[in-house]
Amino acid sequence: MSERIPAATLVEIRSVVLAPGMRAPAVPEDTQNVPLEMHVKGFLTHEAKVGEQAEVETPAGRQLVGTLVDAAPAYTHTFGPRIAELAQIGAELREILHKRRGST
Amino acid sequence: MTTVRDYQAVMSRRREIMRDSVGIDYTQYARGALAFDYEMLLSDTGYDLDSVQRIQSHTAVGDTPLAALENLTALARTLALPGHGARIFVKDEAANPSGSFKDRRASISVHQAKRRGFAGVAAATSGNYGAAVASQAAKAGLRCIVVQEAVDSRGVAQPEIAEKTRACEAYGAEVIRLSVGPELFYVFLRVLEDTGFFNASLYSPYSIVGIETLGYELAEQMRERTGRLPDVVVTTHAGGGNVTGTARGLRKAGAHTTRMVAASVDLQGLHMASDRDFNRKSFTTGHTGFSIPFTTWPDRVDVPRNAARPLRYIDRFVTVTQGEVFYITQALAELEGLERGPAGNTALAAAFVIARELAEEQTVVVQETEYTGAGKHPLAQLNLARQLGIEVRRGDPRCSKPGSSIVVPTHPEQLAVTDVDLERIRRSYIRNALNTLAPGTVLTTDDMAFLAEETRSSIDAIQEMIDANRRTQ
Repeated sequence: MSERIPAATLVEIRSVVLAPGMRAPAVPEDTQNVPLEMHVKGFLTHEAKVGEQAEVETPAGRQLVGTLVDAAPAYTHTFGPRIAELAQIGAELREILHKRRGST
Repeated sequence: MTTVRDYQAVMSRRREIMRDSVGIDYTQYARGALAFDYEMLLSDTGYDLDSVQRIQSHTAVGDTPLAALENLTALARTLALPGHGARIFVKDEAANPSGSFKDRRASISVHQAKRRGFAGVAAATSGNYGAAVASQAAKAGLRCIVVQEAVDSRGVAQPEIAEKTRACEAYGAEVIRLSVGPELFYVFLRVLEDTGFFNASLYSPYSIVGIETLGYELAEQMRERTGRLPDVVVTTHAGGGNVTGTARGLRKAGAHTTRMVAASVDLQGLHMASDRDFNRKSFTTGHTGFSIPFTTWPDRVDVPRNAARPLRYIDRFVTVTQGEVFYITQALAELEGLERGPAGNTALAAAFVIARELAEEQTVVVQETEYTGAGKHPLAQLNLARQLGIEVRRGDPRCSKPGSSIVVPTHPEQLAVTDVDLERIRRSYIRNALNTLAPGTVLTTDDMAFLAEETRSSIDAIQEMIDANRRTQ
């Protein structure tokens, strides 16, 4: 059983804005078949558990309600490993310039 | 009384919500069934070039360095015919407070919001513009909400947008991250209705007058540096604001003969509203998924009349491939010591090609760079592409297919541009314009003059396009 997250903790909530079947008519089929979901971070106004409905106050001062999905939201975007297809470009171009300068 | 908040109810109130949140009654500019007074819409903002410069200087926006790309110029000359290879310059817009030219767009909107007593600003954007609005709002002491299209239905975030989320939150904004779909606009309308915040629309006249300083500065810096105005300015082209504002600023500096080239990344075949295609795009802006629809019909935006009207200003429209932009991004870092982009380097990839077509004494200016970092980087994009099964390899970039393969050139001579047929774009614009009219609507003289201005065509050419369109109906 998950622990209770104290009020004032910065968390992330999720809610469904439009369920499948309720999407805008012009939306392609793959998008029609999934809900329009919304994620937002804010400070819990009352203690709550992950998976429960919870209310947060956002940095803009709004109170929003949704399912508490993350009690410690993190930024996980990164660069990832080196990409071999980019790694040699600099050396190749310096070589072209070097040859050109050597020949003039 | 409770307000009905369902999709249809909110969408039906869009005009009123927009009027209240932008503070402009667009109906006063209407001059016919299609025509409106574009210049009056812009001048009625009350912000001329001097006042925009003053406001931007107060928040350290603008006055960015112009860098001569001497090594890339030398490289282009190794590939050009004798006597060819124009000097390439870049306006280092990454030097703005939040790292892109979007600070120029945000600055006047936020200033206007503050002046009119709004408690906060809101913007619908997944790009650099969100960070720009959040940054300007922080300085002005206003609250800020940014609505992004950020994740697919599996919860996979587009890495560049994940970085924008972080940047907006770093400036103290509330960020609403949505899954894929154009109903983002519905959520945005609800935010505006809920909060009464100012709509810092990318497409309001405030946004466009804010960019004019970019073109103006660029012309002045080139005059100072080279003794003359630039021959060509290349802009990365998406929604049209960058092209429009820069071109207007150039004209205000007297650069009437400078050719404006718009460059977009070719993402043909990928659907912009598709959940599946969302993360198969390695560029989140500067691509044809925006530039083609926005050039052929600008008024598809969150305000009744778009102040970005690119077809009025573009002399040439070209596309480049994703692999070519990643290649030139790496070249910019390793030959010029400028790690920037990647999306902002779309124009650079095109400029590198165009420089070879021009004489050595001519100049071509790339009018922006943008900041780079975790997520917002070729490595992040190519790693995600690989995870999704997109082939990444070296080779001839002409052999790439958006969503299936990204081909990084093996030699700079493989970089090329594909020209978009502007006549076809003009015909498409006219067709889209006519499609907005109720059956039986008669176009006035003002409407015809407006269409001619919009497409830089003669009245006769407009009449021919209208007749041709009727025949195909």
